[in-house]
Amino acid sequence: MANKIGRVPVREQDPKVRATNFEEVCYGYNEQEARLEASRCLHCRKPRCVEQCPVSVKIPLFIAEVAEGDFARAAAIIAEDSSLPSICGRVCPQENQCEGACILGIKGEPVAIGKLERFVGDWSIRNGNQSVEKAPSNGHKVAIIGSGPSGLACASDLAKMGYQVKIFEALHKAGGVLEYGIPEFRLPKAAIVAKEVENVRRLGVEIETDTVVGRTVTIDSLMDDEGYEAVFVGSGAGLPRFMGIPGENLNGVVSANEFLTRANLMKAYDDEYDTPIYVGSKVVVVGGGNVAMDAVRTAKRLGAEAVIVYRRSETELPARAEEGHHAKEEGIEFRMLTNPVEVLGDEKGWVRGIRCIKMELGEPDESGRRSPVEVKGSEFDMECDVVIMALGTSPNPLIATTTPGLETTRRGCIVANDEGQTTREGVFAGGDAVTGAATVILAMGAGRKAAQAIDEYIKSKQA
Amino acid sequence: MYKILQKRELAPNIWMMEIEAPRVARSARPGQFVIVRASENGERIPLTISDYDAERGTVSIVIQTIGVSTRKLCTLNEGELLPDFVGPLGRPSEFIHDDPATLCSRKILFVAGGVGTAPVYPQVKWLHEHGVQADVIVGAKNKEMLIMQEQMKAVAGNLYVATDDGSAGFKGMVPDLIKELIDHQGKQYDLVVAIGPMIMMKFVAATTKAYGIRTIVSLNTLMVDGTGMCGACRVTVGGKTVFTCVDGPEFDGHQVDFDEAMRRQGMYRTLEQRAIKIAEERAAGHVCKIGLDK
Repeated sequence: MANKIGRVPVREQDPKVRATNFEEVCYGYNEQEARLEASRCLHCRKPRCVEQCPVSVKIPLFIAEVAEGDFARAAAIIAEDSSLPSICGRVCPQENQCEGACILGIKGEPVAIGKLERFVGDWSIRNGNQSVEKAPSNGHKVAIIGSGPSGLACASDLAKMGYQVKIFEALHKAGGVLEYGIPEFRLPKAAIVAKEVENVRRLGVEIETDTVVGRTVTIDSLMDDEGYEAVFVGSGAGLPRFMGIPGENLNGVVSANEFLTRANLMKAYDDEYDTPIYVGSKVVVVGGGNVAMDAVRTAKRLGAEAVIVYRRSETELPARAEEGHHAKEEGIEFRMLTNPVEVLGDEKGWVRGIRCIKMELGEPDESGRRSPVEVKGSEFDMECDVVIMALGTSPNPLIATTTPGLETTRRGCIVANDEGQTTREGVFAGGDAVTGAATVILAMGAGRKAAQAIDEYIKSKQA
Repeated sequence: MYKILQKRELAPNIWMMEIEAPRVARSARPGQFVIVRASENGERIPLTISDYDAERGTVSIVIQTIGVSTRKLCTLNEGELLPDFVGPLGRPSEFIHDDPATLCSRKILFVAGGVGTAPVYPQVKWLHEHGVQADVIVGAKNKEMLIMQEQMKAVAGNLYVATDDGSAGFKGMVPDLIKELIDHQGKQYDLVVAIGPMIMMKFVAATTKAYGIRTIVSLNTLMVDGTGMCGACRVTVGGKTVFTCVDGPEFDGHQVDFDEAMRRQGMYRTLEQRAIKIAEERAAGHVCKIGLDK
């Protein structure tokens, strides 16, 4: 039986070597490895993996084609539900979704669904993408705000249904968090992100960069003057949070967003690019999510000694298991149950260290995780010259404040129901702009649902 | 891509460029700024808007060549294309929301320092078009460094000039001229808008505070995206951390922590100076053999 074999290991760059470069960490499966791994799938009659996938990729079906060696067919099956398999295969938290539900995982290791999806995505990039079925144009215009995961997913679904779709992107490059947030060593930009964005363009979706909705144009002007019948807001997470502790405005304290944007979008690590990045010799990253892991591993690659400071324990780390594991392999130091109370500066106003306090775990909070409590009198100082705050983000007010009738929650997130409908007619929203910082795949799922709702909305208006 | 329609040197190392950017031109208001990239590998450079024409679809910017990126930008010529020109960013000046009656009764003094004359101009022009004759002080190192004087004269109430060396107008710093106008020339103002180097805005704010005149300053902080995403532009205003790009760029000058803002402005100075040196050495044909340019 195929399931007698263990999960096929994936080849990775040596940790010591990769900690000094920005090349991709994981090499992915080759055809042989992929077919062998695919042969482990039991093809459950009620596939639990599909239920756990936010975009409902028909996982057992595509895996069966991989096992058969019909990669083009596998790609076509995935394309029905996801336009970004090479990206999702790399950045989804599979252990909490498809792979977490895999029946093989009960006694052994689940099928490496993520690695297989990535293999299929990469195969179709290399072999020229298959054409996807697309309905004839229906003449209706939809505007999408933001070219991140939710916007791209929403745009491709609408384009497939025959809508005329235009994405408005604030930055100079399309991709949103895939470009500015997730580092090259985890998600290659030119080889993968640009290619998958290109696939969305190939569906007929137009992308207008350098356009800040709420400033350059508004939702009202798009609908009233430019003839868009519906708008999807996928503007992403927004403003970086800081802790509100003394010393946070010292020179050398940056948000993870800033640090990663300089490195990823602006390619500050490459001498051929003009944007500077300040790395110092010892970097402390505050936080335990994927963004914190990305920042600390980027700092390490830029030559600094790099440390994670996180207020809970390792079991509560919100980062994908693989990211924490890779970070450790690369020599990142983890200081768990530790929380900063002050950033210390020198006489010129530059960071010289960080004062932390030890924490212990108390009662579970509303998230179900045990909440950290300070251990009285346990303060201690750590030397460092850069502090990176990776504490999540709060929503960007640009769109909400310039769109009358668009309600936000107390926290500033756009109010939308499960289908993405906001409080304003014709305006839909999804992804981090609605939920606060979450994952690429949840954003894609929200984008797809909204595409469905937009289709129904526009059809109902005609009726 | 955004076409450079016009390029002119206004003073040594200060250039004006008129850019074709219809969407930005249509939405621009006084007080806002743009972000520009001069090349595919270039930085995102925040620059002030010095004029805009919605009908022609053009936006003018004024650039002082101080770093590698601004120098690169100014090597581009008329007819060439800028890869990126984003805006208008930031909030417009608060006075544009005044009702016409209040607006007309206002006595406003603008204080422009050096290249800060450029962003002052669209504000004074807007007020002029709305029936308000605002007074303007333009300060510069010397006569040669004064820019946009003719344009400004056409829209300002009184135009005063101050130069450090006295080569034009009042000899001395702009805060001294403010005092001179109020103490000896019987001028009264209920709003001062100061735009220029941080240090100038700091001293103007200190001066007007003594007179109890509300003072708005426009901060030119570091920035990457300009849409609220990075937080590089954070400043302390009234004890609270705010973002210049989405909450500003204009703030109550009496509430801004200028010392912190100036220190934060210098965060990448060493790296920038290095970059300038490397660029100069390369331009001079020097190839570094020991890797110092890496």
